[in-house]
Amino acid sequence: MKAKPSKPAAAPVEVPPLKEGTVSRRGFFNFLWGLLGLAALVELVWIAVSFLRPSKQPSGDPKAATVALAGPVESFAAGTVTAFQRGQFYLVRLDDGGFLALSCKCTHLGCTVPWVEKEKKFLCPCHASAFDITGNLITAPAPRALDMFRIIIENNILKVETSRTIKRSGFDPKQVTYLQKG
Amino acid sequence: MIEKLRSFSFPFASHPRHEDPRSPHRIFKTLVFHIRPRMVAERTLRFTLTFGLGGMAVVLVLLQLLTGTLLKFAYEPFPAQAYDSLIRLQTEYTFGQFTRNIHFWSANILVGVLLLHGLRVFLTGAFQPPRRANWIVGLILFVLVLASNLTGYLLPWDQLAFWATTICLGMLEYIPGIGSLLQQWVMGGSQIGAATLRNFFALHTAVLPAAIVSLMAYHFWRIRRAGGLVVLRSANETPAEKPAMVPSNPHLLMREAAVALSVAAVVSAVALIFDAPLGAAANPGLSPNPTKAPWYFAGVQEMLVHFHPTFALMIVLAMGLGVFILPYLGGMSASAGVWFASAAGRRTALFAAAAAGVATPLAVVLDEYVVGASRWMPDWPSAVSHGAIPAVLLVFVLAGLVAVLTKAFGSSRPEAAQAVFVFLLVGFVELAAICVFFRVEGMKLGWALR
Repeated sequence: MKAKPSKPAAAPVEVPPLKEGTVSRRGFFNFLWGLLGLAALVELVWIAVSFLRPSKQPSGDPKAATVALAGPVESFAAGTVTAFQRGQFYLVRLDDGGFLALSCKCTHLGCTVPWVEKEKKFLCPCHASAFDITGNLITAPAPRALDMFRIIIENNILKVETSRTIKRSGFDPKQVTYLQKG
Repeated sequence: MIEKLRSFSFPFASHPRHEDPRSPHRIFKTLVFHIRPRMVAERTLRFTLTFGLGGMAVVLVLLQLLTGTLLKFAYEPFPAQAYDSLIRLQTEYTFGQFTRNIHFWSANILVGVLLLHGLRVFLTGAFQPPRRANWIVGLILFVLVLASNLTGYLLPWDQLAFWATTICLGMLEYIPGIGSLLQQWVMGGSQIGAATLRNFFALHTAVLPAAIVSLMAYHFWRIRRAGGLVVLRSANETPAEKPAMVPSNPHLLMREAAVALSVAAVVSAVALIFDAPLGAAANPGLSPNPTKAPWYFAGVQEMLVHFHPTFALMIVLAMGLGVFILPYLGGMSASAGVWFASAAGRRTALFAAAAAGVATPLAVVLDEYVVGASRWMPDWPSAVSHGAIPAVLLVFVLAGLVAVLTKAFGSSRPEAAQAVFVFLLVGFVELAAICVFFRVEGMKLGWALR
């Protein structure tokens, strides 16, 4: 290996010292480059974030409510729980005839909570949380009652608005929907 | 051509000193020495310093990349097809099941190896200057590997995958402030579905491998820059200024090759005997009973049985943060290269391990049968009864441990910090073991492996 010929030392360029508070041309352009680079980075991040943001609604009018048809009022006996797999909710008819639509997702970590008829409880298989027929929390670790959905009764037909989950801390008689007399 | 072949010899074999710089042997050697150091400190070669754990991790990552690339040719990331493509992979592809088994087992072994690797680095004080930043890099790598495991767990789209991922993502919701937004973002909606699978597939097969491979390169470069591994010494020995060096070839390379081949052999053997699990196809309407997270998240799941989710998560995050900032805590930088920092440190660490070993199962059994999930303060919100109170209790236990160690054992600050680390680690591992082995239907206690 031959030794590289050493470059002739460049003559030092005389740079006059800058006055206090002034910026050299090179410094100014370096600053500008930095600024441009930062702007490019911000744009990139912005594009990536807006690209990856989950779409709110798959298609159509985003405000349109998804309503699941549950069935005629008479088909639900008092004191029963009916599961609707597709809509992921339970239709509960309380002993006094009132209706509740409960989400089947445990408020703890989102497991599907089965209704155990023998014990009259919703029992979560993931962390053993338990809820009563109104969705009220009986046993922790779940932090609150089961979420619910709004119920609409039209011409004795029950409909459940499944697009909007209603969170609540506990059961309140006002949450029950009754059949309007008259 | 023939000339070239004649000049080729086995890369690590002895060879003439002066050779053609264009010979394949020469090129291979320069490549090897571009990645590996030319000389290593003799004392870092001892097996009981590293146990070959870092090298094992590299081999396992390579196995992941290799088998993962193959699997990518067979897998279809859509809820309707994913499970069937797995079945087809296992029944119709030559070595399909075997390839998946290697991918599955090396992923699981990798998590275990990385845990031990981190523990070794911690217990030999190798996280201290000049290796502080590399401790952080290593931890980020570990988090990325966990993320790879989690995202990969969903892909088979069976009941196991669907529900384990459901509860893992369910935990995200409890991160204060950004929780539900983050969850929505990762899931790509309000529940696990096609968008989640798409996200996970992209993360698992592009983002995470790229991040892991680049960070690995940085991790190794920093080891080189720190002058190699920490040199082991006894507590009363001062660190050697210039440790005795030996050439890497053959001393280091042969050892690395031996570890690599052993790991590959063990993984292949395990993959031949045990098939990777595949349950029934995912059914969003039916949670299996019990539903368990994969073992490396089982400790968190077990905590969630006992703690209010926000507090469970806060405890885990606080522990994680503590591990991250460990090298930057004051007074932690005099024991690099000494196992357990000192002989007294070994005793206190063992004491802490024993204390956690007894206290954890005791606390679990106590909470299960005596305190009782429902009978404990029924009129209080669960954030207090299962959140604040047990969290404060835990802080008291740790403070008590530090007090006992410093007062009764006369421990120094790094020794006490080490004891707390060991205490929490042993407790956490035990929680994971309890969740995996002792949680049966309805998450009741019992023997799970029947």
